[in-house]
Amino acid sequence: MHADAKPADTWLVASKVSRQFGGLKAVDDVSLTLERETVHAVIGTNGAGKSTLINVLSGEIAPTGGSVTLMGQDITRMSQPRRAQAGLGRSYQRNTIFPSFSVLENCRLCAQARLQRPWDWWSPAARCAASTAAAHAALEQAGLSAHAQQQAGALSHGQKRQLEIAMCLATAPKVLLLDEPLAGMGAEETERMLELLAHLKPRHAILLVEHDMDAVFRIADRITVMVNGRMLASGSPGEVRANPEVQAAYLGEHV
Amino acid sequence: MNTRIASALIGLALLALAPTVATGFYLDLVVKIMVLAIFALSLELLVGQTGLVCFGHAAFFGIAAYAAALLSPQSQGASLWWLLPVSVLAAAAYALAVGALSLRTKGIYFIMVTLAFAQMAYYVFHDTPFGGGTDGIYLYFKPEAKLFGSTLFDLEGKLTFYYFVLACLAASFVLLALLLRSRFGRTLAGIKVNEQRLRAAGFKTYPYKLAAFVIAAAFAGLAGFLYALKDGYVNPEILSWHQSGAVLLMIILGGLGHLRGAVIGAIVFTLLQELYQSQAIFGAFAKHWQLLLGLTIIAFVALLPHGLMGIGRQIAARRARAVAATTGEAADAR
Repeated sequence: MHADAKPADTWLVASKVSRQFGGLKAVDDVSLTLERETVHAVIGTNGAGKSTLINVLSGEIAPTGGSVTLMGQDITRMSQPRRAQAGLGRSYQRNTIFPSFSVLENCRLCAQARLQRPWDWWSPAARCAASTAAAHAALEQAGLSAHAQQQAGALSHGQKRQLEIAMCLATAPKVLLLDEPLAGMGAEETERMLELLAHLKPRHAILLVEHDMDAVFRIADRITVMVNGRMLASGSPGEVRANPEVQAAYLGEHV
Repeated sequence: MNTRIASALIGLALLALAPTVATGFYLDLVVKIMVLAIFALSLELLVGQTGLVCFGHAAFFGIAAYAAALLSPQSQGASLWWLLPVSVLAAAAYALAVGALSLRTKGIYFIMVTLAFAQMAYYVFHDTPFGGGTDGIYLYFKPEAKLFGSTLFDLEGKLTFYYFVLACLAASFVLLALLLRSRFGRTLAGIKVNEQRLRAAGFKTYPYKLAAFVIAAAFAGLAGFLYALKDGYVNPEILSWHQSGAVLLMIILGGLGHLRGAVIGAIVFTLLQELYQSQAIFGAFAKHWQLLLGLTIIAFVALLPHGLMGIGRQIAARRARAVAATTGEAADAR
């Protein structure tokens, strides 16, 4: 936690979180905090447990140990849909868009999670003004407004990654858990995504799992390094860069 | 959208005019098709729209049919106003229990668990005297609809019954079409593609799937109720897994993902069945009708992967390929 951070600014706290699959400790005793208006990057080699950490934090799988707190509320036992309703949004490493829906509809469906009204059979989903507005706003932020009516499956890879973020934003989350949003992106698309993250930072707390080291060191306020499920180091980009253990174990010649 | 409404209205008009040309056997056949179309529509909601492959749908059809037969008085027609809702609710109640348990499984396990529950219901009627055992039971008098003491309509009338079934089919179609474009329906469509993503967005998907399961069973129950009235007789075979398989084949033949596909599938499946069973055409071979029906279905599935509803798209795609090939050759020649 930053020395100057007030408790109210700490939106997500993971405390000694572990997840074991049989004999494998995929996440082992990891503690970290997400503060508002910060990007906290988690880096590590493949298999370091980064995606499992996101899965545990978002409620997709239960931890075998430790606790998770969102906005001061213990959510360790809370189901994923309830966490989402409480303001926790996530994106996926693989594309999870609905390819046969339009781009707008992908976002509208996610926005409707906040306004479900399942008993209302008579009004078409498309006529829900609030969720349509939320969907347009999310597309605008993600820079996809021009493609709103296009079929989502026909987007380019980079645009699909943007849509993935837009769908997450459409649910109006406070805390964002982003699993490799830059995966497979070209230089120009990466630039645009980093701009988007910088734009989101002022109103969110962001956990960023990412392989692109240049991008991570440009945008992150805090960096946690994971190796074999454990935290190797955590601190400001400068501290992490200077950490000899990190250099030996992971960054190597890149830094 | 407008062509869809137009085609639905044309279909409705044709069915409304059918009694002017069709009588006797043929009118009965149309009634049978309409009843099975409601049954197929109900399964389409689960399989085609929500992605839940239920292999025990005949149970809901059969339970409502038995409810109608068992609850009808022996000496006079029951009141439609209570017999219909009670029969449909019986199917829905069984679906609530079956769905609550089976929806905790996924994929092949869901298929097997729904089949197992349907077979349980089948053997209850097959092996106990409660519903007449293997002999089944008769429903002697069709219900009548009374309003303020006077009879509004009596389903004993052949034409009255015909139009009542048609009204049920039209109402089922419209209700399901409305449901699918509502937020509830779009959530089901999302569950079909990626349930996990919807949970991450904040949808508790289990209640949605359970609601879809019960609604589908209620429409299947409506079909079963009408089926019992149509023949005035029910036996355990209408709950058997053959019946669950037949309705699955109908929606696959028609093309999954479309309500119209379910109706078209019910029409084609029933007509093929009648055709191959016809001794006038196939003579003694007609008793092997299942062989021909099976071969035809294999041919359909092999040639039309998107069902009869996909024919248009398939032709368009082939034409586009042909055009691309010829323009490609032209470009090469240059």
